[in-house]
Amino acid sequence: MRQDIVIIGGGPAGLAAALAAKEAGAERILIVERDKELGGILNQCIHNGFGLHTFKEELTGPEYAARYIEKVERERIPFLPETIVIDIAKGENGEKEVTAMNKERGLFVIHTAAVVLAMGCRERPRGALNIPGFRPAGIYSAGTAQRYVNIEGRMPGREVVILGSGDIGLIMARRMTLEGAKVKAVAELMPYSGGLKRNIVQCLDDFGIPLKLSHTVVDIKGKKRVEGVTLAQVDENKKPIAGTEEFIPCDTLLLSCGLLPENELSLNLGISLNPATSGPYVNESFETNVSGVFACGNVLHVHDLVDYVSEEAAAAGKQAAAYVREAAGNGQSETEVVCREETQVVLEAAKGVRYTVPSTLNPLRMEDMQLIRFRVDDVYRDVFLKVYFDDTPVLSQKKRVLAPGEMEQVRFKKEQIEAFPKLKKITLRIEKEAG
Amino acid sequence: MDRLEYDVVVIGAGVSGSAVARELAKKERRIAVLERESDVCEGTSKANSGIVHAGFDAQPDTLKAKLNVAGAKLMKTLSKELDFPYKQNGSLVVSFEEDGRERLQELYERGEKNGVEGLRILSGDEARALEPALSDEVKAALYAKTGGIVCPFGLNIALAENAAVNGVDFYLNTEAEKIECGQGGYRILTKEREFLAKVVVNAAGVHADTFHNMVSGHRLHITARRGEYCLMDKKTGGLVGSTIFQLPSANGKGILVTPTVHGNLLVGPTAENIEDKEGVNTTADGLARALKVGARSVRELPVRQIITSFAGLRAHEESGDFIIGEAEDAAGFFDVAGIASPGLSAAPAVGVYVANLIQARFPAADRADFIATRRGIPCMAEASREERMRLIAENPAYANVVCRCELVTEGEILNAIHRPLGATTLDGVKRRTRAGMGRCQSGFCSPKVVEILARELHKDMGEITKSGAGSVFLSGYNKETMGASI
Repeated sequence: MRQDIVIIGGGPAGLAAALAAKEAGAERILIVERDKELGGILNQCIHNGFGLHTFKEELTGPEYAARYIEKVERERIPFLPETIVIDIAKGENGEKEVTAMNKERGLFVIHTAAVVLAMGCRERPRGALNIPGFRPAGIYSAGTAQRYVNIEGRMPGREVVILGSGDIGLIMARRMTLEGAKVKAVAELMPYSGGLKRNIVQCLDDFGIPLKLSHTVVDIKGKKRVEGVTLAQVDENKKPIAGTEEFIPCDTLLLSCGLLPENELSLNLGISLNPATSGPYVNESFETNVSGVFACGNVLHVHDLVDYVSEEAAAAGKQAAAYVREAAGNGQSETEVVCREETQVVLEAAKGVRYTVPSTLNPLRMEDMQLIRFRVDDVYRDVFLKVYFDDTPVLSQKKRVLAPGEMEQVRFKKEQIEAFPKLKKITLRIEKEAG
Repeated sequence: MDRLEYDVVVIGAGVSGSAVARELAKKERRIAVLERESDVCEGTSKANSGIVHAGFDAQPDTLKAKLNVAGAKLMKTLSKELDFPYKQNGSLVVSFEEDGRERLQELYERGEKNGVEGLRILSGDEARALEPALSDEVKAALYAKTGGIVCPFGLNIALAENAAVNGVDFYLNTEAEKIECGQGGYRILTKEREFLAKVVVNAAGVHADTFHNMVSGHRLHITARRGEYCLMDKKTGGLVGSTIFQLPSANGKGILVTPTVHGNLLVGPTAENIEDKEGVNTTADGLARALKVGARSVRELPVRQIITSFAGLRAHEESGDFIIGEAEDAAGFFDVAGIASPGLSAAPAVGVYVANLIQARFPAADRADFIATRRGIPCMAEASREERMRLIAENPAYANVVCRCELVTEGEILNAIHRPLGATTLDGVKRRTRAGMGRCQSGFCSPKVVEILARELHKDMGEITKSGAGSVFLSGYNKETMGASI
């Protein structure tokens, strides 16, 4: 099988990337999806709140996905359902070889010029948190519970404690309550929630579910099925404080303790990952260090809003199409590659900023407007986001509240960057003073 | 109540009970294995280091020494016959003190006496040349070429399955509650049935003392010694190639750092005597201790890569040795008790040893039709390209990936469910196929595995359990508890 662009994953990122690539003129595009249907995790997110930025209306997850799926069908972009990619390798002449399996075709290789990584992320399991106690049934990641409730129509339990106040955990607190379960508490290790403010209000406050900040689970009771968990308050080093333990009888513990981009395929291909995001380092074109391989959506960095996933993935799809065009026309010359590296500007996530996407940019290749997304490492109030082009301050933006749970962004016009022809580094940092 | 007669009843389908049952099945005998859990390999056999010890640790002339060395020698051949994962990866006992050399020398000599081949004492630098990740603190080490690693589930399940294929009847969810000594044999009472047998093999793990003491005046006392472990992502399995022990202490062979046969990295166990013989819970202190002590062996322990932690109980008998043999005052009652470490390594030899003891007292004729080999479940993750193509051609279900972290397909899961002594629970599928053992710890695949189990066993998803009665995953339907008004 031969393609121009293979998109791995048919969730919101893969769908938007496919459509944008098509719009930019790419022809042989193939979406590979491991599930039966397109839409990815949106299919189980039946709550509303999706699409405010993109469509100026509130949609449910499946509705949001449907808008893209319909377009993909209209554009006749082919997709392979129930197909898993097991390897991506570098082939000859810059080609990539994608090895996949499904029931119809068995094991097969797709040769392609470009690859868009859109595999999404997974949830951090109990083991990674190293929560002590027994290992009974009744401990689920919030997303697994969401699947049981929203896809299977089944309740994973009746009396629930949730550890972690990530968005899925908050959504599931409300969801389980609406389906007849009693959610007794949401415990959060950090002194602030990792979820969106609106979710804390709409999913916990409105239902009288207590959010216990600076708390964690220190023991799980029950040999066969969860019988209860012990919560304890933690100190500033996140260590449980003796004497603050509280036993809460329950039959279910849901975990919403963070999402991890699924980059096992990327690692095998030799893609460098940013330890701050666990996603690939990408340039202005969402291209990884392996030329012709692009990344977008939650496999790149975990998002709060699907609208931003779609926006980012569309940019990646468009760039993948451009790459295919360039590769078709004589391919890239060596000098062009050198030139690209020499003109590369590094983005530095300095004090208070955990990471930026992209992590490098090439002024020669950037679009008219460059978007830089980032997250902060703590909660900050009344501070300034500062941006420096080398040592020159170019932006000072007052921020009333910055929190790790909310992705931030700044934009620069191409002219602004071109005004600094020798620019080597763009630095983002959080500062107390405006000056 | 059903009354069933057998020549031999084995209590416990752990690795020892299964090894004995398989070995006994080589003769003309009617054999039953009673297991209180819903699957084989549910106790000590499932939660241990997965190590095949070379055999230098146990005191010479003990059963532990003899059966460890013999078991380790049998393991390789057995792994081929019964198709379970085993690897001779070598082991190092490291010393952090200069004067540790003397104690390593003692181990060396003990090993020689026990018949362990290929032992060498290395300097710190020689050890580091062999294992570059070893800590700079290591001053000397004992290298044992014959040390190995094995899949503990693979070994136990293979033995049990092969026993079943050879006519051994396994009664799962069947807890022996009482053993009575009668004329010419024993009566073993369970909730639903009673079993009559001339010979009883007591392989009940941490509970073996309870059964022994029902029929014998010579009391046994078994203490549950808990060991806690942390298991790390497969990305880290290459940190060390051999198993790294620290110089042993009174409480056991100490905390090791080892690759598992599947390529994860394992750190543990702690050693703590506990009252609760079902106390397989981990503790904050225990896990912290395992990591702290283990960290000393290597330059940098990748603690951020932990994917799960667990605890197992070793059946420690006061005498310190395995208690294997016919009880003095109970003819036909054979103990396989106190099987703490190196019980897994010794298991193949324990099977042979116990079968010989029984044969000497209760002779039976050879069987001509014993099937000595078994094919395991194909493993797509490890298979070559050609092998994968062949499996998919045979059954397209081998192209449908259910567990993406460990690349386990529907084909493997169907095989695990439908083979002899097949999986009926999520843990049963997990231990046979590795579905759910990867980095997401079954987050993505558990609903799919539950669905497949329900479909194949003709049950409702709500009846599917993690590990038998009481461990259901689902609790009814949405809105069920809210009344008809909604």
